[in-house]
Amino acid sequence: MFSEAFDGKVDYLQVMDEKGNVDQQFFPKDVDDNTVIAMYKNMMFTRAFDNKVLSLQRQGRTSTFAPSFGEEATHIGSAMAMRKDDIFVPAFRQTGVYYARKMPMDLYLLYWIGYEDSNKIPKEVNGFPMAVPVATQLPHSVGIAFAQKYQGRDAAVVVYVGDGGTSEGDFSEALNFAGVWKTPLVIIIENNQWAISMPREKQSAAKTLAQKAFAAGINCIQVDGNDVMAVYKATKDAIENSKNGPTVIECVTYRMGMHTTSDDPTKYRTDEETEKWKLKDPILRVKMYLTAKGIWNDDLEKKTIEEQSKELDDIVQKAEAFKPDPEGMFNTVYSFVPEVLKKEFDEAKASNYWQ
Amino acid sequence: MQMNMVSAINNALELILKENDKALLLGEDIGKDGGVFRVTEGLLDKFGEKRVMDTPLAESGIIGTAIGMSLAGLHPIAEIQFAGFMYLGYSQLINHAARYRTRTRSTFKVPMIVRTPVSGGVRTLEHHSESPEAAYVNMGGLLVVEPSNPYDAKGLLIKASRMDDPVLFLEPTKLYRLFKQEVPENAYEVEIGKANIVKEGTDFTIITYGTMVNVVQSVVEKRKLNAEIIDIRTINPLDIDTIITSAKKTGKVIIVHEEQKSFGIGAEISARIAEDAIYELQAPIIRIGAESFPYPFPGYEKYYVPNEVKISKAIDKLLSS
Repeated sequence: MFSEAFDGKVDYLQVMDEKGNVDQQFFPKDVDDNTVIAMYKNMMFTRAFDNKVLSLQRQGRTSTFAPSFGEEATHIGSAMAMRKDDIFVPAFRQTGVYYARKMPMDLYLLYWIGYEDSNKIPKEVNGFPMAVPVATQLPHSVGIAFAQKYQGRDAAVVVYVGDGGTSEGDFSEALNFAGVWKTPLVIIIENNQWAISMPREKQSAAKTLAQKAFAAGINCIQVDGNDVMAVYKATKDAIENSKNGPTVIECVTYRMGMHTTSDDPTKYRTDEETEKWKLKDPILRVKMYLTAKGIWNDDLEKKTIEEQSKELDDIVQKAEAFKPDPEGMFNTVYSFVPEVLKKEFDEAKASNYWQ
Repeated sequence: MQMNMVSAINNALELILKENDKALLLGEDIGKDGGVFRVTEGLLDKFGEKRVMDTPLAESGIIGTAIGMSLAGLHPIAEIQFAGFMYLGYSQLINHAARYRTRTRSTFKVPMIVRTPVSGGVRTLEHHSESPEAAYVNMGGLLVVEPSNPYDAKGLLIKASRMDDPVLFLEPTKLYRLFKQEVPENAYEVEIGKANIVKEGTDFTIITYGTMVNVVQSVVEKRKLNAEIIDIRTINPLDIDTIITSAKKTGKVIIVHEEQKSFGIGAEISARIAEDAIYELQAPIIRIGAESFPYPFPGYEKYYVPNEVKISKAIDKLLSS
């Protein structure tokens, strides 16, 4: 008398396999060699940024940091599929998205160093600040997408959430609203298999996370999240279709590193598992593809590493030269400065609390 | 024109929708049903589904999507059916609406209003009578207002719609239809952050807001007391100057609100007076609020919500000290 829990098929897309072989049927038509090289360089940069900031964090030069190791294809594939006016709404582990969308990275680094001034995101980036409370950014993304349609703008919104985030009430509420309002929204579930120490299979009894879209009347797909081309293709198609409503894309990837610098993954998962995923590295397969095509070699690789290393040094130098302005804390809370805040500021300044 | 609070708010919403094409209303049952208190009645017919939107039943979804709309240039006015249900959207209000402007150093703004009925005295089922204002003010970032009469309700709401801030607009259920008042038909503003001296006096000061304003007025009138009555109207930011000036003038203060006495707004007001005017006081400050436990079922609410007797006895105590 009861229907069984959904056990059917959610389509799965892989365009480029672990060895760099591509399925021509699904290879995105608008991607030329230069685009693949740009994807590769963006992913390389994302990883180099992670390594750099990890080292800064270990020296006490940043606060807690959430690296993206292993998830570069999900970031770069989706970000590069966005059109100029499309908007992204991140969670807190989307370094590659910010980079590919031309966020000034010294400004981005300021977030991890610990200054709100980081969130003065330039308009042309078309992106929003990170959201730390898990999944709370999803209802925002629905409202932002709603506002695009409402105001007659031809822009889609791409929002990111992790596997753990799909358990939150805000995830379900957001999907439900997006379905009813048919908002131009692409929901990327960045399923990296681990929510801090909680493995994917303990997060939900659902066979896929993508299928959570069905209950909200939304189309979905699962893609190889370590395949930049699959992520690109799915995001591009979802954006093209966004006038008709939202799409859920589950990117199946793997968090190669820690949740943040505050935890040690060896406590809760095996090396064996991590080793297995190393073979599916999202960056390596693109290198194999480019090398096989004869458009990449060791010299270009070396040159890119050097360029990015210099770029990173500049970013760190600029970010660390930042001088905080405590007055900004007081005069940006409201559209005006209430008496209470004025007095607190004046007292702090006059009494020289901030030597 | 004579209006009760429901018609004054309805009128304000109509004027806002006419004047600001970025404004839209969203909430549960606000369209055809006109809201469970009929505050939005008729607005769907006048402005259509695009501007008056019934939403799915999810408080965090309503507040969270409204935040998104406002971040993207609209000025949403959300209705949460009862304050007792709004805790499901609390995370969105506190973690995002209240913080977005300052955490982006004013790069992103959240112009929005969340309207919700508060307080009791109308024999509703449980979870329909709470006075939760204190829970929304101690993190900063949200403007919180609570009118006590139709004129202020309209003026404060219009003012809120013209500001670039998230405003929590608390509407005392009991006052919705309790009395009418002359309210101008055109749009006007009542300043947010400014208390109203309802009645001037010199013997002592009563500081109050919301449902308790007319209860306090009734006691003062019946006993012909020379009291100064201050209706704070805005809970955050508090108009501390008006409060301190009056406390210094009369030297005796009672604070009256419907929410619980413990950890209530009265604690903040009382502490501010103690900090700035304690040497000018002639008696200890008295706080009157509901008893310090969760709001009871309707049969017991008369034992819980402060009434004229409780206020009158407190005045006796204050005047004899």
